[in-house]
Amino acid sequence: MAVEKFPVEASHILMFARSVGDYNEIYADEEYAKTTEPGSVIAPPTFVQASAQFDPDYFLRPKPGTPWFGSGKDPTSIKKEGSGGGGGGGGGLHAEQHYVYHRHPKPGDVLTATVKPGKKWEKQGKRSGKLLFSETVTEYRDQNGELVVTARSVGVQTERPVDQ
Amino acid sequence: MALSASNLKVGDTYEEQVVEDLKRTQLVQYAGASGDYNPVHTDEVFVTKVAGYPTVFAHGMLSMGMTGKMLTNYVGDGRLTQYGVRFTRQVWPGDSLTAKATVKAIREEEGGHIVDLDVSTVNQDGVEVVSGYASARVDP
Repeated sequence: MAVEKFPVEASHILMFARSVGDYNEIYADEEYAKTTEPGSVIAPPTFVQASAQFDPDYFLRPKPGTPWFGSGKDPTSIKKEGSGGGGGGGGGLHAEQHYVYHRHPKPGDVLTATVKPGKKWEKQGKRSGKLLFSETVTEYRDQNGELVVTARSVGVQTERPVDQ
Repeated sequence: MALSASNLKVGDTYEEQVVEDLKRTQLVQYAGASGDYNPVHTDEVFVTKVAGYPTVFAHGMLSMGMTGKMLTNYVGDGRLTQYGVRFTRQVWPGDSLTAKATVKAIREEEGGHIVDLDVSTVNQDGVEVVSGYASARVDP
């Protein structure tokens, strides 16, 4: 996802670390963090994924006035098959995620994310029919234009829900 | 607490349980923190009636995040230089996951020491849910 301004904030790091069950004090306590090798609160390894919060058009967040595919009065508000991130009869799943850390983000950083499309390929899956893979490469740069994290993501559209 | 190249050998392992009896509430926490509100992770009505799954399932990135906790506990804060995974199976409420790192190589790069790790996370049935790799800076 392309993001023009992703301010890295201590409270966001705290919430994110809690959500992955990581209670390392470096994510929660500024005073403790000063005693660690990095010398400050840093972001946990998968934190940049939360840049979705700062993408105004992120498709997996409900927006006022726009139909949302999750349930309300009805099981979904979008009546169409096979679309929308895991919706009707298959959909998008996350297949791979790769990060290269040039350094670890910390509170006070203001990152930008630029996205380049990568390869696309097809495969016949055993448990979910035809699989369409697509790759994106996201570069997270800081307020000085320095590269902080390079992320490569592979998504897959499945023909039908994955057999269990 | 950082690792030392001189104390590491190929085949060394480190593992920890990163979640026991995963709760749906944790999926809600992860959705809120990450900003990924895909209803397949939190909306039982949608996921069973529309998406066609037996119940909600974890964000792949939650499995990666939980596995990352094992890695940073092992290699130390701020030491990772790369980390990548494939999501090999879905993770469901009630699952208990154990993440493991295995030393694949210890090498020198640009005057520093690096450890390369294989990463694998399995569920309570021993089925792999995350398969990947990581590298980290280590002391001499």
